[in-house]
Parts: sequence; C-alpha cells; structure tokens
Amino acid sequence: MSEKTTPLWEVFIRSRNGMAHRHVGSVHAADAEMALQAARDVYTRRGEGLSIWVVPSAEIVASDPGSKDMMFEPTGTKIYRHPTFYDIPEEVGNM
Amino acid sequence: MKDLLFAYILRLADDAAILGQRLGEWCGHAPTLEEDIGLANVALDHIGQARALYSYAGEVEGKGRDEDQLCFLRKEREFSNCLLVEQPNGDFAETIARQFFFSAFMLPFWEKMKASKDETLAAIAAKAEKEAAYHLRHSAEWVIRLGDGTEESRERMQDAIELLWPFTGELFEADDTVKVLVAEGVAVDPASIRDEWRETVGKVFGQATLEMPEEGWAQTGGRSGMHTEHFGHLLTEMQYMQRAYPGLKW
Amino acid sequence: MYTQALNNLEAVSDIEDAERGAAFQARIDNEEKIEPNDWMPEGYRKTLVRQISQHAHSEIVGMLPEGNWITRAPTLKRKAALLAKVQDEGGHGLYLYSAAETLGASREELNEQLLSGKAKYSSIFNYPTLTWADIGAIGWLVDGAAIMNQIPLCRCSFGPYSRAMIRICKEESFHQRQGYELLLTMCRSSEEQKEMVQDALNRWWWPSLMMFGPSDKDSQHSAQSMAWKIKRFTNDELRQKFVDATVPQAHYLGLTIPDADLKLNEETGHWEYGEIDWSEFARVLKGDGPCNKQRMKARQKAHEDGAWVREAALAYSEKKKSRRGQQAA
Repeated sequence: MSEKTTPLWEVFIRSRNGMAHRHVGSVHAADAEMALQAARDVYTRRGEGLSIWVVPSAEIVASDPGSKDMMFEPTGTKIYRHPTFYDIPEEVGNM
Repeated sequence: MKDLLFAYILRLADDAAILGQRLGEWCGHAPTLEEDIGLANVALDHIGQARALYSYAGEVEGKGRDEDQLCFLRKEREFSNCLLVEQPNGDFAETIARQFFFSAFMLPFWEKMKASKDETLAAIAAKAEKEAAYHLRHSAEWVIRLGDGTEESRERMQDAIELLWPFTGELFEADDTVKVLVAEGVAVDPASIRDEWRETVGKVFGQATLEMPEEGWAQTGGRSGMHTEHFGHLLTEMQYMQRAYPGLKW
Repeated sequence: MYTQALNNLEAVSDIEDAERGAAFQARIDNEEKIEPNDWMPEGYRKTLVRQISQHAHSEIVGMLPEGNWITRAPTLKRKAALLAKVQDEGGHGLYLYSAAETLGASREELNEQLLSGKAKYSSIFNYPTLTWADIGAIGWLVDGAAIMNQIPLCRCSFGPYSRAMIRICKEESFHQRQGYELLLTMCRSSEEQKEMVQDALNRWWWPSLMMFGPSDKDSQHSAQSMAWKIKRFTNDELRQKFVDATVPQAHYLGLTIPDADLKLNEETGHWEYGEIDWSEFARVLKGDGPCNKQRMKARQKAHEDGAWVREAALAYSEKKKSRRGQQAA
C-alpha cells in the first residue's frame, strides 16, 4: 500500500467550565492546527465543547496491562485510606 | 426605501444560499473524512444564514413570501448573489480559494454590520461574524498548506487563485442600492473593507509562498442578475423539487 | 449508523492458550469490558476488526445514496437536516474507524480494503435513491433497522466499540424521527406525495429486512459472537423487533407494507412476515446490486482526487518540522 499514514491524535474536550477535559475519541491530521480544527468539526457539532486538547496518540505513555497486578494490586489492601475504615459513633454526627 | 432594503438583504441571502449549495455538493466526496465533516459544517453555517436572511427579506417585502419561496421560486436573472460564490467546486484548491476570498471579505463585513441601524441585520451579523471567523481560519490554513505543500499542490492552489481572482473585485462594488443604505447607516460600505481584505489575503499568500495576482479586470454582474453560465445549472438542480411539484408541503 | 450482520467468523479454534482463554471468557461472562491492550484471543480481535470496519465502511458508503439528494432538497430546512444527517454518518464512520484503530488496524489499511472490494459493507446502500420520498424512507426504515442493531452494541464487550456506539446512538436519535416526520408531512400534503411515499416503502421494505443478515438457521457464526458478547441478540430476534415496531408506524401513515403474507399473530402479539428473497441478498452482497459499482467508483474517485491534498498536508508538516529543526540548530 503506497498511501502514507496521517498521524492519529487523541481528542479531549471540556464540556463545561468546572469539568475536566475528557477523552472523546481521535482524529487523523497532518499537524496540530489541523488536528485541532478536525476535533472541533468532528466532536463539537452539538455544542459539546468549551475547550479542546489534541495530543499525538504516539506521545501517550501508557502502563502495561501485563503489569496490572504489580501496579494496582498492592493498594487494594490499604483499606485504612478509606473513611469507612473508621467507626465514629452516630451521635457525633456527620463527619 | 423598503424596496432597497429588500434588495440588499436578498443579496446577502443569495450569497449564503448559493455558497451553501455549492459546499453541500462535497458531502461524501472530500479528500479526508475529517474534511468532509468540516466542509459540511461550513455549508450548514451558510444555509443557516440564508434562512435567517431570506425570512427577514420576506418580512421586509411584506408580500407573504417565505424563505423557500425566495430561494426556490425566483428565476435566474432575479438572483443577486456575487459571481464568486456560484463558481463550481472544481478541485479542492478551487473550493478553498473561493471560501478564503469570500470569508476574508465577510468577516470584516459582518463585524461592521453589527453596528447597523437595522436591528435584525445587526443581530444576524453578530452570529454570522463568529461563523465567518472560523471559515476564514479554516480556509486560510488550507491555503497555507496547499501553497507550501508539494509542487503539485502549489500549482493547483496558484491556478485556483488566478481562476477566481477576477471575481473578487465584485465584492467591493457599491451600486445605488448600497450607497443609499450606507448613507442611512443600514448597510456596510464594501469599499471600507478593501484594505483589510488585501492585507489578510496578502499575509496568508505570503505564508503560503503564493503570488498575489495583479489588480486587473474584474468580472461583475451578479448583483444585477447577470450570472455566469454555471448558475442556471445550479438553480436547475436546487429548485427541481419546487418546480416539479409546485405548491406542495415538504 | 448501519451494521449488518455480515460478520462471518472463521471457525474459532485459536484459543491456543486454554487457561488465558478461560480467564478471558470469565471476564466477559462477568460483564467486564475488554480494553485494547488487554490480552484477547486472536479470533476475538479479528472478529471485532472485521465487524467494526464493516460498520464504518457502511457509514461511509451510506453517505452516498442520501448525499444524492442534498442539492435537491425541497426546502432549506430539509436541506440543512439532510446535510447534518449525512455529515453525522461521516462522523460515525470516523468514530468507528477510531475504535478499529485501537486494535492495530490503520485507517489507511481499512480504507484500502474497502476500495479494493475486499471488505464488505451493508448491502442496503447498493440500492438507489430515486425520489425525495426515499430520503424519508431511509431515515425511517434503514435508520430504524440500524438502531435495532446498534442499541445492543452499546453493551458490546469491547470498550472502544461500546463507547463509540453510545455516542452514535445518542447522535442518531434524530435520524429516524426526521425521516418519519418527512414522510408524514408528504402523506398529509397530497395524494400524489402519498403515492411517492408508498412507492419508496415498496422499494425499501425488503432490503431493510435484509439488513439484519441471514436467518438464524443459516447463520452459523452467531454463537461465538454471542458468547463473546459482541452480539446480544440473534438476527431473527432483531428483525422481528423491527417488524413489530414498524408495521403500526406504516399503518399510521396510511401505507401498505408490500408483503401479502404479513399478519398479526394474536397469540404472540408478533407480526408474521413473508419469506425474504435470500437470493437477492446474496446477489447484492456479492456485488450485483443496482449501485454496487457506482458506490465503489464514487469512493475510489474521492480517494484518488484527494490524494494530492493529503500529500500536501503531510509535506507541509514535514517542512515545518525540518524548519523548526534548523532554527533550533
């Protein structure tokens, strides 16, 4: 196949002020400006956005699903990090 | 006075409707999927502007004609859009050049129109201005990429510019209709936009390594219903349903 | 918008690692979502790439029959609605290609498969749009059938596909309504228009039923897709749901469904329909439908005509990078 591939970009959109940017999908574009415009045209057609981030997909560094246990298991037993670990008598009220 | 205002709004409506019609032809056939969606957005903006303007024109005229009667039941010589917007899509470079020339004019045009004494026109302008700003950005970025891209793209872009350049002069014309309405504080004096337009075009062409054509002969006639040969075909297609099945509801 | 159950799996014998396979199936049974980097059986990956890309191709080819009427829409309101709808289909194709790309298939590669005729797309788009009523009929019937197919896909086990489908279903809710409302307006406006609508229904009814794919008794591959929760209902179940929902809508419009065998079974509450002409389905799918060649040609032309534009954008980006490099040096 002779067609050169056009880079892939991940698109993040802030839908309302006060909300974080959220991943919504991806677009293909040759450069950042075109990626931004494509993201606007594709992902905000129904007023979904107030702000857009585009990030080259190749630049995302991801954890390896193979090391999921090593990465995320150890935290499972540390239940003392959660408020429900501590008993407070009801008469004390909401805490 | 009412007649002049009607004629003036109709021009703006025709510009928007005809360009929207042309851009709609791209749907499903653009160079990339992203651009297909992008061009449709521009088309939808123009169709939306056309609807608002035709409705207002119908109101001003006061004969009960609605947006569709004005768009689909007027004849070739009654349309008063500029010649630029009716030019065929051609290749992508021609579509982009047409959009760029037009939007570089319409952005400052709508900015000024916001100060019109006519409140409806001012309100339409406030919305259209933002749309035009994006159209300009989108088309200018493409002019730059096609101009400064490959040898082939540069040649195509330059050809498109040469082809459409003679139609740009018409944008700045002011006939009696415009002059009277400018004096009334209703219309925008197109001559006042010329410098800004040249500056925008010059700057983008500079970045795109493209050459600005010489000022030369300008082809005009659209405002008085003298169109190019392409136009009748566009109307034939656009008005087909209303002509074939008159007086029905859709 | 359109899936068609075309996904013919190769026999799945490649769960080489029985243990990993069992763990994978346990996750699926547990309604866990599978994400792109998770281990998955090769058959699952292949099935998904094929199904998602077929779905994407269907969206893209599906732009053509309706796009045929954008320039001739009878009113400005209808023009805007139709353009927005066809544009949505492009968007949906894009979301789906993105989902397939998470499995390692590039858009260029998938597009190449479509243009070379290797990949399939929904056969419904090989039928022509002859009158304006066809635009309404497509919205009502074709999108209606698609929605039946797609809603269960929102719960598909593969995360990116399921997320794309949620977005698509949300956006698509206006498509069927605009189609039906368009037909309703026509049917109420004049006898002549109502006849146009009936003619459109006559032509689109059977192809719409075929959109659900072969009958369960002839579809050997459903079982594995059901087990993997890529699929949630069988072809015939979805088809029946569609018929049950659509027949009363046709009657409301005052139209006749072109099926002499159609009758309501009072006991089951289901509308029983006549035999589908499966030879037509097979023929159109194979390439001999009224518009197969034209659709492919249109896509190929768009691709070829756009090649210089895509090259220019890439060349510009390369130049910019190297200029930046020079400045930095």
